[in-house]
Amino acid sequence: MSKIEEVLSHYMEGHHESLIPILQDIQLAEGYLSEEAIVRIGSFLRMSTTKIYGLATFYDRFRFYPGGRVHLRICHGTTCFINGSSAVITAVREALGIEPGQTTRDGRFSYELTACMGGCNDGPLVMIDGEFRTHVRAEDIPEMITKLKAVADLK
Amino acid sequence: MQFTIEVNNRSIRAEKGETILSALNRNGIMIPTLCRMAEFTPTGACRMCVVEVEGRDRLVTACSAPVEEWMKIQTHSPRVIRARKTIVELLLANHPDDCLYCERNLDCELQRLADQLQVRERRIRASKIKPRRDQSSPAIVRELSKCILCGRCIRVCEEVITATSIDFMGRGSSTHVGPAMDRDFNFSSCIHCGQCVLVCPTGALHEKHYLSEVQEQLSSDNVIRVIQYSPLVPWALAGELGVKYNRDFDRVLNAVLRKIGFDKVFLSGTGTDILITELADEILRRQESGDKRNLIVSACPAWVKYCEQFYPGLLPILSTLKTPQQISGAIIKSAVLPDDDHQRVYTVSVTPCTAMKFEARRDSMTRKGISDIDTVLTVRELARLIILYGIDVSNIGPEAADEPLALRSSASLMAETAGGITESVIRSLFVKAGNREADRIAAKKLRAAGSFRETTVTAGGGTFSVAVVDGMKGFEKLKQMLDGGTVYDLIEVMACPGGCVNGGGMQPAGSREAVRQRSRFVWQTNDQEAVRGPEQSASVAALYGEVFEECSELADKTLFHTRFDKREVLL
Repeated sequence: MSKIEEVLSHYMEGHHESLIPILQDIQLAEGYLSEEAIVRIGSFLRMSTTKIYGLATFYDRFRFYPGGRVHLRICHGTTCFINGSSAVITAVREALGIEPGQTTRDGRFSYELTACMGGCNDGPLVMIDGEFRTHVRAEDIPEMITKLKAVADLK
Repeated sequence: MQFTIEVNNRSIRAEKGETILSALNRNGIMIPTLCRMAEFTPTGACRMCVVEVEGRDRLVTACSAPVEEWMKIQTHSPRVIRARKTIVELLLANHPDDCLYCERNLDCELQRLADQLQVRERRIRASKIKPRRDQSSPAIVRELSKCILCGRCIRVCEEVITATSIDFMGRGSSTHVGPAMDRDFNFSSCIHCGQCVLVCPTGALHEKHYLSEVQEQLSSDNVIRVIQYSPLVPWALAGELGVKYNRDFDRVLNAVLRKIGFDKVFLSGTGTDILITELADEILRRQESGDKRNLIVSACPAWVKYCEQFYPGLLPILSTLKTPQQISGAIIKSAVLPDDDHQRVYTVSVTPCTAMKFEARRDSMTRKGISDIDTVLTVRELARLIILYGIDVSNIGPEAADEPLALRSSASLMAETAGGITESVIRSLFVKAGNREADRIAAKKLRAAGSFRETTVTAGGGTFSVAVVDGMKGFEKLKQMLDGGTVYDLIEVMACPGGCVNGGGMQPAGSREAVRQRSRFVWQTNDQEAVRGPEQSASVAALYGEVFEECSELADKTLFHTRFDKREVLL
């Protein structure tokens, strides 16, 4: 059974209210929402793919492209900004050579900017594959990326 | 229950349960609206209709708030006017300043509001939306920078047409309206009905123009330029050009089109007559052989695409007959003026429809790579062409159309309104059975309001059950009936509510009542015309008697038929 079918097996067909939980589960299982997944959800819930895509694009959390093997989420919120997240973002951009939302050509990295993740006391905050790094400084970034390359290569 | 409320320090009567807006409108007070559409549940999203209600801190949206007995309302106080003006100014802040070059210049709701509220300077500045123009669809163009996100197109597409091809994408300042996966329109489940074009307040959605193509052909040598128009076009065109319509205008249009430079003027209505004849024959054939099967009319190209993508299972019961436009086109390019080495024939068709633009380009509508109809224009486009060529329609005498597609019966005009094809086919069945008077009761049932109508008629020896779907909302009911095992001898599906009288190429009707008014015009004209059905039309007799005999593909009628295939789109 494909990952999509495995997720759908936990839900009832045609129940529109399951849409967001299904999208979340599929993103968790596949890392992103593929066109194939959205079309399948559409036929499962008997909803237009346009509606599903429209709803999913409303939320920053959903991605529509396969991310890198290591995915960074950099907080773009107010407190992290005051604590210097802009410098962190610039450092990541320089280290990886890509814009937010893109994936490096070798498939190792992708990163995105997110709204407040609720760790304002410990900013700037970076989430790496679901784990938080607190008090991140711009000067730490090159070393961090080097270490993460090894992590990505193990995946 | 009626009660009195105070508006602008005067009392007016209001009805319990109605909105503030409807109470005001009934009492002669107009309030600007933008996101509101008649007969839709109000959303109060644009906040253009705000009024001041005493005792409430915030301004209240008149379109969605119910009127209450204690209310004291100010509709045009300085605070209200300032609020409305600010909304328009905010909408204009990132709007492209290209009104002079815009499709909807002088016919734009945003422009009108800005004028009414006397916006005379740019007070609020914001960066302009990046221009994005999606011309991928053969029928409808999207210009995203002109969109003000009122959401009317989205609601029509979902609630009336049920295709749900467009929705809001993204959030905040990056919100825009687009089809699934934010692809271009040609990949979407759009059925090209053009209802979204009719409700768009700005130039963000409009039909694709083919006028430059027509102009080029009009000025080139060695081309025989042929134009045909649908039965409703003269009436709709008179409205578009702002001249009074009378029955002579039908024939004046022939002269106008010749003045523009068309060599031959034909009527698509003759094609409709042939469609009706063929449909009646098919039904009788089935009746005689005891072949009881559903038959769905395929005369609405928007419905055909809807069926191909959403219900491919119904394709086997879809009639393979082409639409009137394509039947006429096939006759013209095969028998009347064959396209060969000696002559190049360029055919234009004018319709009240946007989906016909798509239909004319279907693979199955071409022969040896040549399409039967080269260009499809809407009524709006034809009006522009006439103005561009400087023709004064009020000063031209009537002329007849060209043989052999020179006449149409009133049955073909009936086909422009939902249920009309069915009525015309019934009329033909009666005539064929030797009974000259059509069943008035059936006609009454088929003209009733509602999106799904059905009736049974007895003509000659046979009983025929028919159903009409008037707007895709009624399709659900039809689907239930079909799933329940009901068999209809004829099913007519019209994607636009009301039929072609409310087509995407017409002037926006604005309300269901206005659409019905147009249908009434069709019914009245039908009662007045002498040639009631294809059987009485000299053109049809001449075509079947002589013209078709000269062309084998027409004689065996293969040219009248097409095929439909399952369509893979993002649903």
